[in-house]
Amino acid sequence: MLSRVADSIYWLNRYVERAENVARFVDVNLNLLLDGPIGMKEQWQPLVLVTGDLPLFRERYGEATAENVIQFLTFDSKYPNSIISCLQAARENARCVREVISREMWEQLNAFYLMVKEAAARQPLSDWHEFFTEVKMASHLFAGVMDATMTHGEGWHFGQIARLLERADKTTRILDVKYFILLPSVKDVGTPLDELQWIALLKSTSAYEMYRKCSQHRITPKRVAEFLILNREFPRSIQFCLMQAERSLHLITGTPAGTWSNPAERALGRLRSELDYLTIDEIIQSGLHEFLDDLQRQMNETGNKIFETFFAIETSA
Amino acid sequence: MRFDEYDPGDFYDELFAAKGQPRPEAAVLVKRIHSLAPGELQQRQQSAQSALFKQGVTFSVYGDAEGTERILPFDIIPRIVSAQEWTRLEEGLKQRIYALNVFLADIYQDQKILKDGVIPAELIYSATGFLKPCLDLQPPVGIWCHITGTDLIRDRDGQWYVLEDNLRCPSGVSYVLENRRVMKSTFPRVFSAMEIQPVEKYPSHLLETLLNLTPPNLLDPTVVVLTPGVYNSAYFEHSLLAQQMGVELVEGRDLVVADGYLQMRTTKGLQRVDVVYRRIDDDFIDPLTFRADSMLGVPGLMEVYRAGRVAIANALGTGVADDKVIYAYMPEIIRYYLGEDPIIPNVPTYLCWEQQQQEHVLANLEELVVKAANESGGYGMLIGPKATTEQRHEFSQRIQANPRNYIAQPTLCLSRTPTIVNDRFEGCHVDLRPYILYGKEIYVNPGGLTRVALKKGSLVVNSSQGGGSKDTWVLSHASDQLQGASVQSQIQSLRF
Repeated sequence: MLSRVADSIYWLNRYVERAENVARFVDVNLNLLLDGPIGMKEQWQPLVLVTGDLPLFRERYGEATAENVIQFLTFDSKYPNSIISCLQAARENARCVREVISREMWEQLNAFYLMVKEAAARQPLSDWHEFFTEVKMASHLFAGVMDATMTHGEGWHFGQIARLLERADKTTRILDVKYFILLPSVKDVGTPLDELQWIALLKSTSAYEMYRKCSQHRITPKRVAEFLILNREFPRSIQFCLMQAERSLHLITGTPAGTWSNPAERALGRLRSELDYLTIDEIIQSGLHEFLDDLQRQMNETGNKIFETFFAIETSA
Repeated sequence: MRFDEYDPGDFYDELFAAKGQPRPEAAVLVKRIHSLAPGELQQRQQSAQSALFKQGVTFSVYGDAEGTERILPFDIIPRIVSAQEWTRLEEGLKQRIYALNVFLADIYQDQKILKDGVIPAELIYSATGFLKPCLDLQPPVGIWCHITGTDLIRDRDGQWYVLEDNLRCPSGVSYVLENRRVMKSTFPRVFSAMEIQPVEKYPSHLLETLLNLTPPNLLDPTVVVLTPGVYNSAYFEHSLLAQQMGVELVEGRDLVVADGYLQMRTTKGLQRVDVVYRRIDDDFIDPLTFRADSMLGVPGLMEVYRAGRVAIANALGTGVADDKVIYAYMPEIIRYYLGEDPIIPNVPTYLCWEQQQQEHVLANLEELVVKAANESGGYGMLIGPKATTEQRHEFSQRIQANPRNYIAQPTLCLSRTPTIVNDRFEGCHVDLRPYILYGKEIYVNPGGLTRVALKKGSLVVNSSQGGGSKDTWVLSHASDQLQGASVQSQIQSLRF
């Protein structure tokens, strides 16, 4: 497969997954507000904070009101990680590889992009929740169409790796939102308000029902964090994402599991196996936020190694 | 919407012999359209257009900051060609493409036609499409032009003419394929009742044509489509053809010359390329041989090509044969090489390069169409009868300053066909671009792109000048007989 093509398939999938996660991101906060007691202070700044783009936001919008934050993360075409920018980038990448992906994938992505573009044009939206649900479903539909119509060969595996790494990264950030929201008042830990927030968070990762089924029903911060970080069967948990991404990587290269033949395999394999033997208690002891931060850094590093190994093939011959 | 008011007027109409009188081959379609509920035709027109947009069947518009994509405006009233008529066109096109190939081989090899004085040598040497680096080149299996799009028009009396040949990178065939897809869902029943010749085999024939260029002992040849990239106006087409053939779509930056071969950069290292279907103009394909400033091509490609280690379709240098001045010699070229008369005539053409003809052109500018020898897309043209005195004056000067670069033709009265314009049928002028492939044998895709001038009265059908397109239905022979013999019973037996 052409390096340029593999690169485009990779980014196309990352961007679609990113758009979905931004939607989840904003939606969790909307849900928190609905569930919160009257008079609770709205907190929108953490959403921007965990994206790492707070300075940019401050410069462009100033105050972190609901309206500003939602606009920034959803429809701001000058912000490269907004939903609309992600979809535009995904579509541009898809346009560059239309001959490789299936017709259905292209049509679904094109429809997805047009839906968001149309929503951006008819603002203000009366029902944000409905819009974000639509974004999430369109992203699922894209993944499903891809799964069902594209040969599960090299290109498909690059797409999988991209989607899974992006998802793992965003799961760390969604967990982090909770951390930042709690920061101002540590005294709320363990209160009914706290539980509502954890429920909202589980829902935003589509994990509520799955969590209930496997974690002795009770909602405790530790168990929720464990579920979203270390569960080996839930498709949005970080460990699951890393395991599957590693599997795809090895299917591309043919390197046997448990060994590595290039820097990308080494970085990812190391990270995955580290989580294999970690416990939630150790994570909490070392500090959840610090742990998540470090994960993000290592996953970025893995992304870089993938780029160097497969996409930036040296040109001189 | 009905055709009752539609009047072909003093034009050759593709669907109507006279007011209220559809041609036999169009009768079933007209009947069907009359049976539709009010507003339904417009609705189908809209859904056809939106299907094309959703499927991204678009072209990029140059010079637009937003990189806007548009669909080629599409009209759902097809143009219909009878099998009998098509057979004749097909023969004519095969004859022409064969002669053009012999001509190209001769021009770059022995130049017999120049030595025999049929064409003045200086006209060849001054043609911008003539490439000296291609002299003595021996393209695989001796074919130079593998893919041709030849523009045909019809005059007032129904006579077909060749308007021009496109032998470099003719585009538009993707619209033939996509328009057909949409039309099948727009008029499914009429479509199946009429026995229309399929166009869908084009990608298979194209792939065979390209594979025909590989050495017979090569087990698993790699074919690629070379595109200038996603910002090229025909990018959609490049991508569709690569997809439909199942081959890689590459850009110049994906390719490199290494170890004496053309190779592409893959996730597993370099991989050899054997055949390139290039959609990049000659000038841009190798900065070491041609334009040094080109970022689109591959440095060193020409050397690999000359060594016979990669095949290129169309061969480099084919542009010399679609120079409009050379076009004027086509009847002589066919006679010279084949000893036959052309089956489809040229539009009568004056060469400004010849003193007498130039005088005639300058004296009759208000009746003639003047074209620059090397422009396409409707640029560099003067339509005499519609031009201002000032424009005619300007062209008169241009012609005298550079006579080699201009030809003139009488303004033909292009045929028309009913087209939906604002909730009514208007007769709009059309041309036809069939696509011809030269592999083991010559294959003409049945039909081709019908381009339609959507501006009222306009004769310019190019997409860059506000033209649109239609599906072209070439009937099968069985269907011809059916349509001719018992149109009425056919209509009655068709359950709408």
